[in-house]
Amino acid sequence: MAVTAENIVPLATVDKSQGYWRAVWSRFLRDKVAVCAGLVAAGLVLMAIFAPWIAPADPLQGTMLKRLSPIGTEGYPLGADELGRDMLSRLIYGARLSLFMGVVPVLIAFAIGSAIGIAAGYLGGWVNTITMRTLDVLYAFPSVLLAIAISGALGAGILNGLLSLTVVFIPPIARVAESVTTSVRKLEYIEAAQASGASSLRIVRDHVLGNVLGPIFVYATSLISVSMILAAGLSFLGLGVSPPNAEWGLMLNTLRNAIYVQPWLAALPGVMIFMTSISFNMLSDGLRSAMDVKQ
Amino acid sequence: MLVFVIRRIFYTIPIMLGVSLVCFALVHISPGDPLVSILPPDASVELQEQMMAIYGFDRSYPEQFFRWLGLAMQGDLGNSIATGRPVASEVFNAVGNTLILAVTATIIGFTLGSLFGFVAGYYRDSWIDKLATGIAVVGVSVPHYWLGMVMVIIFSVELRWLPATGAGPGGSSQWMWDWVHMQYLILPAITMSVIPMGIVARTVRALVADILQQEFVTGLQAKGLLDRGVLAHVVKNAAPTALAVMGLQLGYLLGGSILIETVFSWPGTGFLLGQAIFQRDLPLLQGTILVLAMFFVILNLLVDVAQTSLDPRLQRG
Repeated sequence: MAVTAENIVPLATVDKSQGYWRAVWSRFLRDKVAVCAGLVAAGLVLMAIFAPWIAPADPLQGTMLKRLSPIGTEGYPLGADELGRDMLSRLIYGARLSLFMGVVPVLIAFAIGSAIGIAAGYLGGWVNTITMRTLDVLYAFPSVLLAIAISGALGAGILNGLLSLTVVFIPPIARVAESVTTSVRKLEYIEAAQASGASSLRIVRDHVLGNVLGPIFVYATSLISVSMILAAGLSFLGLGVSPPNAEWGLMLNTLRNAIYVQPWLAALPGVMIFMTSISFNMLSDGLRSAMDVKQ
Repeated sequence: MLVFVIRRIFYTIPIMLGVSLVCFALVHISPGDPLVSILPPDASVELQEQMMAIYGFDRSYPEQFFRWLGLAMQGDLGNSIATGRPVASEVFNAVGNTLILAVTATIIGFTLGSLFGFVAGYYRDSWIDKLATGIAVVGVSVPHYWLGMVMVIIFSVELRWLPATGAGPGGSSQWMWDWVHMQYLILPAITMSVIPMGIVARTVRALVADILQQEFVTGLQAKGLLDRGVLAHVVKNAAPTALAVMGLQLGYLLGGSILIETVFSWPGTGFLLGQAIFQRDLPLLQGTILVLAMFFVILNLLVDVAQTSLDPRLQRG
């Protein structure tokens, strides 16, 4: 009897979750805007991975004679920057650091924030109160200000930029994780699992995670767009990535002085940031509505 | 209501303490000696110790924190390491300029955003809705510092209609609401307004669509109330939430104005922060961030109280 029950329960959940995700996937495919956004985002990721094969020139090697060549110059399809480096190659290579700086903080914050939020939500009581009140302090800062405060104090550098963005995104993710977990914890099957003597760790692993990670993840993807804008913004201010690296925010920063000489050339890196941020935004919107069971 | 306000204020006090602790910690998480930017590299140990004592860096952390907090509450945020001037007066001047920019941007963003959101929610799923929703998505996804650069390129570099940077002939301290000065405000304010516009539009659209589906609206229509009358009811129901979003957005703009102020060299708190970062002037960085964060906390409190007094249902929650 005990053996059959143990066999049936995991099987049943696996089957149900597969059906759910399949339904989500087919709903997602019907959303044309989201699919387009997904393709653009995937294209950008591929561009970052295969940059050395796609880029026509070395992103760090410039010719002073070619500095600030306009868009459409022979051999420089998108012009050359203030040090005579090929703009197209720099934009392609720029995807590497820009996406890295935008996506990684959200991933780390997703891991840490979910852990904090799920623990607080499941344990409840004073643990919950202390954890959430502490996070409220970080929540009390506007996100841009907190990111700039931390990386301004730590100084420029990729690691400092990543660190400050991660700190910014932990509180909102933990908040969502906590509220989702609190609502799941009150469900009857959790009570049943507790009554059957399962340990907290086991209940969280087998019964809570599967129900809360999806919504938290979707929320986290909606932060990628913000994170991209913020990460590039830090480099734009001279924090985050430092020269001569190719990163879109930093490129905007160094090209800003050329705005009266080659205005549209100077604006190009921003187009890339915008494209990335809007495609991730629409992708996450599509994911959310596909996962919304009420629809 | 009074009980709610008092409880809300009591809840804010530990948050404020926490916020000041974070600001205090900023100086101490920064690598290296905080005095390194003013002392010559060959300064004697004696001089170093003397400076440490003047700035209070030689005491224990809790002692430093409470001393700093006590002084901050009296309006003394220390002196800027780079200029030697009191941080409080520098921040005070700059906050005024940032407020001019952020309030103007919030008003523009709120007006346009609620207009778009209202039309989109009222004519749900029509082409107007799709257009307005599209504008809202662009508004929240666009890197606003880049948008600022594009505005400068179009209106200053190419068309030469408006000045690109600065806050007018008076510099940072003599703002006036006349055309000579206001033309400097147009580009940064419009650029900044794009963020709240997108968020307000999204919120208002969802609110209006939700309210229109409620039974009381059907009831009003069945009673024979004209569309105009129904609209008034919808506005009344959507207003508290929309105003709350506007208040919070003002707070975000105050805190997040650094990027736009950098693009337009607007002499506000963001410009000050940029300076502090560039010169590694930690007291200036700390003081500016403390003031901006406190603004945000107090604004949050005011928004909560205002929203609750407009919508008494929230008190029970």
